[in-house]
Amino acid sequence: MADPLIAKRFETLVLPHMNSAFNVARWLTHDDQDAQDVVQEAYLRAFRFFGGFRGDDARAWLLSIVRNTFYTWYQQNRGHAPDTLEFEEDMHSLETGTANHDDGPEAMLIRSQSQKRVHQALRGLRLEYREVIVLRELEELSYKEIATIVGIPMGTVMSRLGRGRQQLAALLAPTDQEA
Amino acid sequence: MDHEQAFELLPGYLDQELSLSEALEFERHLAGCEQCQRECERHRQVSARLRQADLRVEAPAELVKRVKASLPGRPTPWQRLVERFGWRSGDGAVQWAPIGAMAISLIALSWSAGLYLSVPSGETRFTQELVDNHIRSLQFDHLSDVISTDRHTVKPWFDGKLDFAPPVVDLAQQGYPLVGGRLDYLNGRPVAVMVYRYKLHPINLYVWPGNDAGTAPRVYQQRGYHLAHWSAAGMNYWAITDAGDAELNGFVTDLRAHPAS
Repeated sequence: MADPLIAKRFETLVLPHMNSAFNVARWLTHDDQDAQDVVQEAYLRAFRFFGGFRGDDARAWLLSIVRNTFYTWYQQNRGHAPDTLEFEEDMHSLETGTANHDDGPEAMLIRSQSQKRVHQALRGLRLEYREVIVLRELEELSYKEIATIVGIPMGTVMSRLGRGRQQLAALLAPTDQEA
Repeated sequence: MDHEQAFELLPGYLDQELSLSEALEFERHLAGCEQCQRECERHRQVSARLRQADLRVEAPAELVKRVKASLPGRPTPWQRLVERFGWRSGDGAVQWAPIGAMAISLIALSWSAGLYLSVPSGETRFTQELVDNHIRSLQFDHLSDVISTDRHTVKPWFDGKLDFAPPVVDLAQQGYPLVGGRLDYLNGRPVAVMVYRYKLHPINLYVWPGNDAGTAPRVYQQRGYHLAHWSAAGMNYWAITDAGDAELNGFVTDLRAHPAS
């Protein structure tokens, strides 16, 4: 068994961020079960590397591990995972209004038509934009934290957020006109 | 600041991530640029809708349980044991009391096992005592109480000091001259000790009545000393020396071959 003091510290600093970890993993993988696997693996990795954690931002630290774990998983599963929804494809799916992949508990989260559209728009966003949008808008992290997690300069965080918001605005605009 | 530069800084301005001077410059540009004003509005709306849309999903209770169960480290046999015995309460927290109790029992068990194992067996304890006695006998003037190379001097010396007559054998011909005898105390009883020599190595031969061992000598080695133990004619014998194994063997063989007097 590991040092109980380290285990205790890990429990205090890292475990409370499981909701953030799961939320990010969920928006990256598009799948509840995959997200759970990613989070569990990320926590195991986090525990292993915890001795080297010196900072005070345990959440950002954990999320960078979640993201790395996801990318490992993503590269392994790319062949058969239908996670290559690109901007154009998604425009199409939005126009036709199909949403047959929204089922289970996720569907219960989406209470209104408007919310459903936002949900779908974000879901269809390209990975590199989606991750910064999720980290900024849902997890409310600073540019600095996002830069650390994603491993890009702060300027790139800003430009990706800009592009992401532009694309989301474009995805949401037609439905606004319909409404 | 031209429009291109300002447009790039727009997200940072909305997220309040610009430096003060950048923000002021941006605002100066924004005041006169309709395109940037529209873009700001669009971005603000997107952010607002994202935040209102209840997009954040919480970790399922099942995952919380799974992660906690797998920490720290990968599932170990210990954790599987813990899970198997169901020492978990409903909320996934480990109930520590039974584990603590088990740990304490384990500690107690290994402690007593350690105590048991660290207590030497009767024989080991006795050989230790013999070695100690032998070493003590080698200290100044302790070796012999009666100094004589003549068994007929040594043997009578024991008369009246012991309730038995130890056999005293002359082995000078074999290279083990008798140098004397003494009275000693071993294992709670007085014993006769005949002192022999092999070259410069003293050999202590302890004798007392009894039949504790077989007639075939058993040899031991402890702290560099060689010991042999056997019984013959109602006497227990222990021989100990710092001479080699072979020398002790020779001594024991010659001694047993000689008729006790």
